Amino acid sequence: MTDLSAHSLSGPRGPKPRRRLSPANIMLYSTLFIAAVYYLLPLYVMIVTSLKGMPEIRLGNVFAPPVDITFEPWVKAWSEACTGINCDGLSRGFWNSVQIMVPSVIISIAIASVNGYALANWKFKGSEVFFTILIFGAFIPYQVMIYPIVILLRETGDVIAAATGTNFRLMGSLSGLVIVHSIFGMPILTLLFRNYFTSVPEELFKAARVDGAGFWRIYFQVMLPMSLPIFVVAIILQVTGIWNDFLFGVIYTKPEIYPMTVQLNNIVNSVQGVKEYNVNMAATLLTGLVPLGIYFVSGKLFVRGIAAGAVKG
Amino acid sequence: MAVTDSGGRESLRTAPKKPNRLFKNMSAKIASLPMIFTALVVFIGCTVWTIYHSFTKSKLLPAPDKWVGLDQYERLWSTRRWLVSIENLAIYGICSLILSLVIGFTLAALLDRKIRGEGVFRTIFLYPFALSFIVTGLVWQWILNPQFGIQKVVQNWGWESFTFDPLNNADIVIYGILIAGIWQGSGFIMVIMLAGLRGIDEDIWKATRVDGIPTWKTYIVVIIPMMRPVFVTALVLIASGIIKVYDLVVAQTSGGPGIASEVPAKYVIEKMFQSQNLGQGFAASTMMLVSVLVVLIPWAYLEFGGKRRD
Repeated sequence: MTDLSAHSLSGPRGPKPRRRLSPANIMLYSTLFIAAVYYLLPLYVMIVTSLKGMPEIRLGNVFAPPVDITFEPWVKAWSEACTGINCDGLSRGFWNSVQIMVPSVIISIAIASVNGYALANWKFKGSEVFFTILIFGAFIPYQVMIYPIVILLRETGDVIAAATGTNFRLMGSLSGLVIVHSIFGMPILTLLFRNYFTSVPEELFKAARVDGAGFWRIYFQVMLPMSLPIFVVAIILQVTGIWNDFLFGVIYTKPEIYPMTVQLNNIVNSVQGVKEYNVNMAATLLTGLVPLGIYFVSGKLFVRGIAAGAVKG
Repeated sequence: MAVTDSGGRESLRTAPKKPNRLFKNMSAKIASLPMIFTALVVFIGCTVWTIYHSFTKSKLLPAPDKWVGLDQYERLWSTRRWLVSIENLAIYGICSLILSLVIGFTLAALLDRKIRGEGVFRTIFLYPFALSFIVTGLVWQWILNPQFGIQKVVQNWGWESFTFDPLNNADIVIYGILIAGIWQGSGFIMVIMLAGLRGIDEDIWKATRVDGIPTWKTYIVVIIPMMRPVFVTALVLIASGIIKVYDLVVAQTSGGPGIASEVPAKYVIEKMFQSQNLGQGFAASTMMLVSVLVVLIPWAYLEFGGKRRD
């Protein structure tokens, strides 16, 4: 298919453009400028609204810059905003999301990298069949699988609880959600790692085999050290994906451990009380900060991660 | 890979020693267990389970023994809410498909004209893609707010009778969601298109210049046909995203006003987890699967069937 690697996006080729203010160029830049305004507008609106006081919002419009800059909405969104009976702000959701994200990212990448390695270097009978099912499975709407997974998590949790004599649960717990994220992250991550490990020179693998290294030793001592970039790409992909998840969070957890996106939606779309638009926008911006930060810091690696999803097939 | 790929021939030679075959390459098989589990139990098992139960009269709990044939589907297609959902999905789907492709390609083509500040523009166009649908929905809900948002601003400019209130108007609410959806996703299509444009040989451009073909005509007659695979990839990505639309609607309108902006994914979740009508949820989700297959099967046939012929 197409070459979507970061390299191909590295910039225009050919000689430097001649500096000229031709009508065509004016058209070109003004179109790009108008497009840029459309894309930047929501970010601007989020920022200015979150810095205004409520009286100022009621008097003006969403685009007016703040006259009296206040950080109170941010403080309120972080530590006081209410969802239902809990009034400890978005901070609870933030820490929940961190607790969900960290193990999910580690486990899903660990599983998928080993899987991709096995698929690239240790093919066995049927491995390609399973992989094809995995890739096509990525297109199945989540809604089709969501309910049976509820049952699977509940039953497995009960079995583990009975075996260990505790009241362990998978459904409505962090560990259940981690499993779900690992499952649904698997197709894209496995594809990413399989393609990467396939591109590693075969001689390296053969040499290690001749030296008597086995499956795990080659993985840890040969493959892992040389695949740091692809791990970074996978981490970026997973952190943003899991942070932005709403559906799994709302289905497989319970109110006390709702991730940030779910809590944000509950705060903003709650029907009780007076709408505090400035607090709402501060909360929205807070939730977007993590993926935005990753995007602006990682730049091309982010592009590479999402482009990897595009090379399906 | 020669080491492992010879496995096929080797295993023929060592066919009599059967027990060995299962244990051969054991570590790789153990390492692949999560993948095998996901492929067989989750992707195939759970899908088959849901399809089977869509033919039963499951209410609060799944009832595998209460077989009712196509009853759930008949009910589904006579439910107004489902029909509204399907209509919304069709409008949203067609519009977002066309707009994403047009905007994505146009922006990519503009960025490919060797302009200054390409990196800055690209970063601006793509950043919404990093944000969640919840954040997207909430911020556009605020911008489209009739009291303080775009409508108010234009009225303040002197156009007193201006009305643009999609989120409270049942007839156009889906377009309000569309604006947000395009904002979030079109940058991604632009990236794919840009990569496709960069993959086109510089000589093609030189040749068309020599022939005196105008730039716009070159794009339509030469470049776009050459980028067919890129467009197909973009099409599949957009289409598989459209069917999943759920969080955006939940955040932006909660399906309102009334049921005017309901979508199938939301219908399924609500039937399963709120109105305790599992059978309807299963039937509706099976219909979602069918619509995915309608897109996916021709694509897979073209993509992989074509490769085999080469």
